Amino acid sequence: MKWDTVIGLEVHVQLATKTKIFSGASTAFGAEPNTQACAIDLAMPGTLPVLNKQAVHYAVMFGLAIDAEIGKESAFERKNYFYPDLPKGYQTTQLEKPIVGRGNVEIQLADGSTKNIRIHHAHLEEDAGKSLHEGDFRHGVSGIDLNRAGTPLIEIVSEPDISSAEEAIAFAKKLHSVVTSIGICDGEMSQGSMRFDVNVSVKPSGSDTLGTRTETKNLNSFKFMEECIVKEVERQIDLIEDGGTVIQETRLYNGDTKVARSMRSKEEANDYRYFPCPDLLPVIVTDETIEELRRNLPELPDARQARFVEEYGLSDYDASVLGNDAGMATYFEIAAKTSGSAKLAANWTMGELAARLNNEDISIANSPVSADQLGGLVTRIVDNSISGKMAKEVFEGIWAGEGSADEIIEARGLKQVSDSGALEQMVTDVLAANQEMVDDYINTDEAKRKKKLGGFMGQIMKASKGQANPQQVNQILAKKLNELL
Amino acid sequence: MSIERHEIEKLAMLSRIAISDSTIVEVSQRLGSVLDLVDQLQGVNTEGVQAMSHPMQAIQRLREDEVSELNQREALQKIAPDTEEGLFLVPKVIE
Amino acid sequence: MHNRTIAELINGLQSKEFSSVELTQHFLDRIGDLNPNYNAIITVTAEQALKAAAAADERLAAGNAPAMCGIPILHKDIFCTNGVRTSCGSKMLDNFIPPYNATVVENFEQAGAVVLGKTNMDEFAMGSSNETSFYGSVQNPWDTDCVPGGSSGGSAAAVAARLAPGATATDTGGSIRQPAALCGITGLKPTYGRVSRWGMIAFASSLDQGGPMARTAEDCAIMLSCMASFDDKDSTCIDREVPDYCAALGQDVNGLRIGVPSEYFSKGLNEGTEQAVRTALAKLEEQGAELVEISLPNTGLSVPAYYVIAPAEASANLSRFDGVKYGYRCEDPKDLQDLYSRSRAEGFGEEVQRRILIGTYCLSAGYYEAYYGKAQQVRQLIQRDFEKAFETVDVIMGPTCPSPAFKFGSKGDDPVAMYLEDIYTIATNLAGLPGMSVPCGMVDNKPVGLQIIGNYFDEARILNVAHQYQQITEWHDQAPEGVAS
Repeated sequence: MKWDTVIGLEVHVQLATKTKIFSGASTAFGAEPNTQACAIDLAMPGTLPVLNKQAVHYAVMFGLAIDAEIGKESAFERKNYFYPDLPKGYQTTQLEKPIVGRGNVEIQLADGSTKNIRIHHAHLEEDAGKSLHEGDFRHGVSGIDLNRAGTPLIEIVSEPDISSAEEAIAFAKKLHSVVTSIGICDGEMSQGSMRFDVNVSVKPSGSDTLGTRTETKNLNSFKFMEECIVKEVERQIDLIEDGGTVIQETRLYNGDTKVARSMRSKEEANDYRYFPCPDLLPVIVTDETIEELRRNLPELPDARQARFVEEYGLSDYDASVLGNDAGMATYFEIAAKTSGSAKLAANWTMGELAARLNNEDISIANSPVSADQLGGLVTRIVDNSISGKMAKEVFEGIWAGEGSADEIIEARGLKQVSDSGALEQMVTDVLAANQEMVDDYINTDEAKRKKKLGGFMGQIMKASKGQANPQQVNQILAKKLNELL
Repeated sequence: MSIERHEIEKLAMLSRIAISDSTIVEVSQRLGSVLDLVDQLQGVNTEGVQAMSHPMQAIQRLREDEVSELNQREALQKIAPDTEEGLFLVPKVIE
Repeated sequence: MHNRTIAELINGLQSKEFSSVELTQHFLDRIGDLNPNYNAIITVTAEQALKAAAAADERLAAGNAPAMCGIPILHKDIFCTNGVRTSCGSKMLDNFIPPYNATVVENFEQAGAVVLGKTNMDEFAMGSSNETSFYGSVQNPWDTDCVPGGSSGGSAAAVAARLAPGATATDTGGSIRQPAALCGITGLKPTYGRVSRWGMIAFASSLDQGGPMARTAEDCAIMLSCMASFDDKDSTCIDREVPDYCAALGQDVNGLRIGVPSEYFSKGLNEGTEQAVRTALAKLEEQGAELVEISLPNTGLSVPAYYVIAPAEASANLSRFDGVKYGYRCEDPKDLQDLYSRSRAEGFGEEVQRRILIGTYCLSAGYYEAYYGKAQQVRQLIQRDFEKAFETVDVIMGPTCPSPAFKFGSKGDDPVAMYLEDIYTIATNLAGLPGMSVPCGMVDNKPVGLQIIGNYFDEARILNVAHQYQQITEWHDQAPEGVAS
């Protein structure tokens, strides 16, 4: 039996506004509990919401970035349920008239093909607070931190156009790229800036009837989402093939333990009783505002990717890697402009730098080596001040905070010797000090001589503490040895 | 109009108000009486009539995105029933 | 002193006939002596009052003080007062001390008014008799076996008993006008959006409005001038200039077109009440006003529509009372659900619980369209009735209540009997129009109220009509027995 997978994603994106969606409290990450929760966020009696202009603009910008209909008149509803991290006992959200309507997101797959994923809509809503279950407080209780309560979110809802885990990840990454590129979200997955709910169902291949879907909530890593989808598809297929039926339910996936489970069923019994929020009036976005936001919309990933190919001559692959990550793209461009060598800047950014950042779980925004500094390093490679090998050492130095490339080269005396006179002398000295090696070379068959060069190179590099310019040394060495033949 | 016991129980759950067994009949009766009142709406012809959510023809004002509320944890938590380490404490939340 | 109106007291203070401290002490003494008879006041703020009075005296001495400077008032215990318990008549908030002021409170504070205390009210403003308060019922000063009306029963009784020359109150379905009528005083509900709802504990957000209660229209005009303001913390507050309400009081009623709705003189109307109201209308006719018979055909639907919309909004507004952030918490909750269910069952009174259940029902899946959806449409019909009427008349007048003050417990166990008390006032709230009640007669030694309804933001006009009426009648000067001495 062949099976089709049908996946729909609901993506919660935290908007990078300075303040909450309905109050003037800060949204900065990492504050002490409840120090960024004002009376409105605490749902104190008599408090009322006032809508953050920037949140509206960011939502519209998203709509423009995915070529969507903009809801010029949108409204807020109350979604009613009880949970300690929901201080009002309802979430203010949008249902009937969301701020962004139908749109499209194109994804690129590993085999080079593209696919269009339709967006059903995107709406504004407020985030809830956090429940802490472990802590320095009493046993048997949970601690509630409402700092996050009221942070503006857009919830992006896709159509069930996604048919595999690979597509889901490509879609999720594309969204991540879009929202970070236009600057409406900081994209810090570990901080919960983007969270995914995955709706998964299976059906026999070719069948028109959709299967029952399950929803796994609150995934905040691409890797976990992929694992979760694969596991869930397998679980559902196994279940059906064993004669069982998939029940509609909400599930949680623990990325650390790799265990997925059903949430306590109370959620299913929830009737959210949506109704128009009487404290908020219809939200109007004018054509002027839309045009202004469109004019000032930062470069989108697809456009940037194309520009990287054209402007910097990058390969399609390099352009796609760098172009689709807003952080890397910015970094690369600075490094490229500083150094004048796009190719090298690209290699270093995607290679050495990315690997190191990945290893130590640091985001490019927090890179110990700044784009300027990397550019400075690349410049010295290009002008032959240091060899490629030396460059790695210098890179380490910059990473360790010793200063710029030039400062380190100076401090450690790493400047590559390229002065031909000095090099000539160096080669002569080494040849003179290694008569057996010279004799050996002369007496070796012509065909095998090339291999012997390494030995001389080694000596010369050792004598020069690695600072001799290898290409030049090679030339000089070859010439001198020839003279001796 | 009468409301079934299980409906009352569902409403009690949705609104998180414990209704004791001894009062459930009375609650049901009184609720039924109110629903008789509001059922008068059923017969009204409202075809083509827009629902009115706000009495005024006004639009939502937008607030500038500038921080205007600073840390008031102490003042706001002074009146909280149970806090520790700056957190509001509740019986353990089981997901 | 307590028999003087606010206008007269202002003169007294300005002419230094007495000081604010003397005035304040006088009323505090009266409250101490007489409040036990009526239970109109929940919290007396003697210390703060005398302090404010002293500060007011300094301001008065310096000259150029605002009108309300030094004038003692009471606030309905629904307005949050910084540092002073704000109970909303409920056990749920018996221990709630807000760390902020309602805008209405702030406005009076800025103007230098002196707050004597917080008045009793129906719990969470749900009621028409002030019998549902956690702090016990309020007695009507005209007949202490009778209710003062509600939900602003405390404010009404306090003003009638001359415990303060003026008090703030709120009106969602008639809660200012009806108690004003039953207590023989003057009360005004402004246009929706005229007075800020910030810090005014929400019952039904799209219907609630704060307004003044005093003994004359002129006093109400003075108080309203202070209460009305544009507040950017309330999204539903309309940004519109506040006129000088006192300036327009003197206009005569010659040529005024008064609409008299046939539906307001229906079967349930008490004979004596009808007579008093018709006599009042005739008096205005004598002064040159024109009585025009009009029809507000959907009046009969206003009570059913209200009892869907108000409870629905209230059910969400009261979800925040969960024992987590503030307010009442049950003892030893055994788990989260128990915390919620018991705190709310113990903290809320019967009527509040009933309305929450009704509201929850009307918003439930399967019932939303039939109840909430329908009620919002009927609301539109009711508004249209008024719109049409105001094409041919300037104000609409009729009785405020179907009958005078009734005995405690006389409405029996059927909640609906109580709900019908508001039959003439509710439509005004649904449409968002301003409305007033002024005393216009006595039936069985109990006051009767005349209702004046104006077009949107036409408070100046209805105050003018009320004032003109009070120039040619003396009902508003009458005091309950033993009170005026």
